[in-house]
Amino acid sequence: MTGKVRLQGKLYTALILLFLYAPIFVMITFSFNASKSHTVWAGVTLDWYRELFSDKLILKAFYTTIAVSVISAAFATLVGTCAAVGLSNMRRRWRTPLLFVNNIPLINADIITGIAMCLLFVFLGGFLKFKRGFGTLLVAHITFNIPYVILSVMPKLRQLDDNLVDAAMDLGCTWQRAFRKVMLPEIMPGIVNGALIAFTMSIDDFVISYFTAGSKTQTLSMAVYAMTRKRISPEINALSTILFVSVLILLLIINIREIRQEEKQKKLLKIGGKI
Amino acid sequence: MKRNLRAVLSRAGHEAAKPRTMAHPYTLWMAAFVVVPIILIAAFAFTSPDGGFTLRNYASMGKFLSVFLRSFWLAFLSTVICLILGYPIAYIFARFSGRWQKVMMMLIMLPMWMNFLLRTYAWKAILETRSGLLNRFLDLLGVAPLHIMDTPAAVVIGMVYNFLPFMILPIYSVIVKLDRSVIEAAQDLGAAPRGVFRRVVLPLSLPGVLSGITMVFVPAVSTFVISKILGGSTNILLGDLIEMQFLGSAYNPHLGSAIALVMMVVVMIFMYVMNRFGDGEEQAVMM
Repeated sequence: MTGKVRLQGKLYTALILLFLYAPIFVMITFSFNASKSHTVWAGVTLDWYRELFSDKLILKAFYTTIAVSVISAAFATLVGTCAAVGLSNMRRRWRTPLLFVNNIPLINADIITGIAMCLLFVFLGGFLKFKRGFGTLLVAHITFNIPYVILSVMPKLRQLDDNLVDAAMDLGCTWQRAFRKVMLPEIMPGIVNGALIAFTMSIDDFVISYFTAGSKTQTLSMAVYAMTRKRISPEINALSTILFVSVLILLLIINIREIRQEEKQKKLLKIGGKI
Repeated sequence: MKRNLRAVLSRAGHEAAKPRTMAHPYTLWMAAFVVVPIILIAAFAFTSPDGGFTLRNYASMGKFLSVFLRSFWLAFLSTVICLILGYPIAYIFARFSGRWQKVMMMLIMLPMWMNFLLRTYAWKAILETRSGLLNRFLDLLGVAPLHIMDTPAAVVIGMVYNFLPFMILPIYSVIVKLDRSVIEAAQDLGAAPRGVFRRVVLPLSLPGVLSGITMVFVPAVSTFVISKILGGSTNILLGDLIEMQFLGSAYNPHLGSAIALVMMVVVMIFMYVMNRFGDGEEQAVMM
């Protein structure tokens, strides 16, 4: 599909990018603003960064977010990978309804998933005497993360040659060993990809956390939401700037790694061609 | 011989049972935390706080008709604007060279990785009537200030801003895979550029358009954050209404579930119609 892009096209692209980045630039600029106003410029300061790092509420929310994202991504990756292997070995009669259930959290609006689990936790909490908190938040995150892991592992399993596992077992491997030595390395890219998607989904989530975390536990998104409702502090801008820069660095690292891997593959192909 | 037999038996056992049982934890988990909660919504939607069956939740829904209409109207408007803005961008991106395509994709995804509350909140600084950056810029040009903040227009801007990448990405991923030779064939057979676009590119990119429309419409119709931050107190949407019944002042999960159920059903009908429409178009293209 590649071809010439005319000047109008480039201008239009620039306009859309301006639209997408205008609020981000506003935030970054005003994170260095000496006055509390988010529209009037009054000189440069780093006060908001200092205040941000001494704000216990925000720091606690930050740790909660990291903890819930890491744990839920790890657990969802484990359960999701096992499930994908199991599902691909199942008869279609069982697989189809299970994959349909897998799609429910993906298709449903976040608010539906959120209130559905909110109802469950309130309902169960009445019987088992527990309140919503970090535990329920974690369960919710694992639940909406599992489908993403399955969706990224399943295609890799479909590409996998069944004969490889059979060959390993014919050569004396137990199924577990064949799984570990043959299947796992083949589907690893899908697993890593799934874990990354799950992690970012967790970090980014607000709506589902909001309904399942209760009143005592707060993720970063929830802290931001509370801020926008009550007091308006430029700390918010400082926080966004830090997040933006870290995401930018992360994306750059991933992209550079990809380009390097491609070059490596090209080299390998060249060597292969010579042989 | 005996050992051999045992090996064969255990292998048969592994093959038959092991891999499939690996999905069991998942099956249990999804049943408990996806299926049961959805059933709970349905159960709450048809009961009263004392536990008896009732349809009263739906009888009282009439007074929320304006909220329903506003939600669907604003979500529809945002989806149309996203399509009008997003399709050309996806088309232009697909024509960039390989390396530039990657850069452009990164530029589109980068804002999505940032907290959407923060990004939405930043629009406040731009749109505010008295001291907002947009109006101060217009003032420099001598144009009268616009009153956008706390109106439906601000909510639509917030929605388009947040969900535009959801429209661009699926359309782009379809167009970028289009076979160049199909387009060349159309050109060779004498189609003008406009004809090539209207009769080849557009129909072939329809699956991307359809998935873009659902990916924008569903979050737009159910949002409660964008309307709260940019819409003021007079522009509440369905999401706000549901949120109020669960965590807000008007605690009533039964009514909240009923509203959510109606919203879910309407959205499902919408998606079904869209898919039917899509299938029809694809067949037309095939013929």
